[in-house]
Amino acid sequence: MSGTASDGPGGTSDLTMVQAINETLHAEMERDERVVLLGQDVARNGGVFRATEGLVEKFGDRRVVDMPISEAVIAGATVGLAIAGLVPVAEIQFLGFSYQAMHQLAGQVARLRYRTRSRFEPAITIRAPFGGGVRTPELHSDSLEGQFANIPGLKIAMPATADDAKGLLAASIREPDPVLFLEPLRGYRGIRGPVPDGEHVVPLGVARAARRGHDVVVIAWSYQVELACRAADTLRGEGLSVGVLDLRTLVPLDVEAITEAVCHCGRAVVVQESPETSGFASEIVATIVDECFWSLEAPVVRVSGYDVPYPVGRLEDLYVPDEARIIAAIRRVLDSA
Amino acid sequence: MTAPSDARLRDIFVDMLIARTQAGRLWNLQRQGQVGTVAPIDGHEATIVGAAHALDPEHDWVVPQYREPLGLRRYGPEILERFMLYNLGHPAGGHIPEPIRVLPNQIALATQIPHAVGIAWGMTLRDEPGVALAFFGDGSSSEGDFYEAGNLAGVLGAPVIMLCVNNQWAISTPVHLQTAADSFAAKAAAFGIPGVLVDGNDASAVYDAVDEARSRALAGRGPTLIEATLYRLGAHTTADDPTRYVPAEDLEAARRDDPLLRLRGYLEDRGLWDDGAQEATEVEALELLDRALDRARAEPLAPGSLLDHCYATDTPRLARQRADLTGGSER
Repeated sequence: MSGTASDGPGGTSDLTMVQAINETLHAEMERDERVVLLGQDVARNGGVFRATEGLVEKFGDRRVVDMPISEAVIAGATVGLAIAGLVPVAEIQFLGFSYQAMHQLAGQVARLRYRTRSRFEPAITIRAPFGGGVRTPELHSDSLEGQFANIPGLKIAMPATADDAKGLLAASIREPDPVLFLEPLRGYRGIRGPVPDGEHVVPLGVARAARRGHDVVVIAWSYQVELACRAADTLRGEGLSVGVLDLRTLVPLDVEAITEAVCHCGRAVVVQESPETSGFASEIVATIVDECFWSLEAPVVRVSGYDVPYPVGRLEDLYVPDEARIIAAIRRVLDSA
Repeated sequence: MTAPSDARLRDIFVDMLIARTQAGRLWNLQRQGQVGTVAPIDGHEATIVGAAHALDPEHDWVVPQYREPLGLRRYGPEILERFMLYNLGHPAGGHIPEPIRVLPNQIALATQIPHAVGIAWGMTLRDEPGVALAFFGDGSSSEGDFYEAGNLAGVLGAPVIMLCVNNQWAISTPVHLQTAADSFAAKAAAFGIPGVLVDGNDASAVYDAVDEARSRALAGRGPTLIEATLYRLGAHTTADDPTRYVPAEDLEAARRDDPLLRLRGYLEDRGLWDDGAQEATEVEALELLDRALDRARAEPLAPGSLLDHCYATDTPRLARQRADLTGGSER
């Protein structure tokens, strides 16, 4: 793709997140001929965000398939493709529309291994963009990861960097269990950075310290990691040492990394874009209570969207957590006795 | 047109009679509290067995709803064995062993049709000969998955056979409350594929229709929707009381058109069946069922099975839960 600069073999290239995703899809289709791509507008159009650009030209319309507008059958067909021995990578054009596939994703894809006692290997990846900040129409921005995390059998990857977009997507496609791979809309072109050339796989279930700090740790995933890092950098100017833990995957959850970071700081903030009630941040807080209760110096604070449906454009900036709200939460935690 | 040979029809009848006989025994076992909820096959035998015999078990997949297992003997004795485990609530009931091309029962209506399309599509991508046949009922045709799957099958030209088993009832809802269409087969027009209406009480006609759909699919000419019309002679399941809603005179008329009576008469006229064969087959059917049930009852079940096969390997959290569940005594 254009706009990339490589510093040679064994080095890195400077890529946006969507470029990293595109490059990984090329590499994984090259590597394993069982990989097939299906979704709306993924072939001729190269995806509405160009994540699948150039693939149909390279791998043909048998392996890169434009689908009718039917989220349920996009999800449902992956079950049959997996049974037939293929490795489907399906795209749901926007995560909010996964509601129209929920009976297949939750009721079928996630349960295929369990209900057949591993007769069939559900090596299925479902990619979907999500998240706010780009003034989309209704149901294009919803953060549904907490709902999916309550569905046993699924794994959930939510990269925050271009590097991880590549490494986690490669791991997801190679994973023998179904992975929901969620791509932040704002990150497609708003996040860029060095990405290792060639083989690069980041194992699912290993969190990343995006900033190291000892006063408080902010736990986040996907685009909120970017905002948490900005908050940490701002507060560093005031002499505060703020750590940021990027979970990378919600399932499997790196409980060890959470425990270590929170026990070290004694104070924690958890950030999510979804509504507060029953969001995945609640699961993190419960985990902290399980693992770190006696090390806590202050109550753990959540920064979330509000308990309303994802709003229209002019209300969006009030809804989505931003750097200021994260900083306010950090101050609250630090000001607690 | 390929009418089945008389020898084939006799094989089909044996499987139909075995299914009917075993269904009767299963009903009684449920009433005794020995097995869970059962959906009787009574009245569906010609369609299910006739279709199964038109397929090639080595290459063709069967994607059932939930009423079919007793009619799928052609795919091997393991189907009955796993069905008994299933009826006992043993998780191994969902594991139909390699290389048998049958999926386990599907309780969520019509969700299996997209799976069948995916399998059929996948076989073409792998250049494997074969078709996938999905069973579903008249009620399932009202689900979105039926339309989404039929539409995709048409677009892809996938080698799939959508077999709508119209038994006139979706629990208590009659066909005229399910659709205003002239037939379920007519819905094929919306998918741009052939729709075939067949007498589901006529095993020969069902065999022929499936055989022809299969030939079309293997020739690369795409999917077929077949509607087999018949009458549900039993209850929806052991949890249902059809006397609340099925008119007695309708049921009486349907019983006169029982698919077993029809095929038995045909075979007897040709000297291919008699009372001796009838009795011997019924005895064999019960022996097979009892043996399968005994084996199912003897199948071990460790508490850790609760957590097995959720993921290829336990997530750390599941590993912790496993330790809590089993007290560290397992794995």
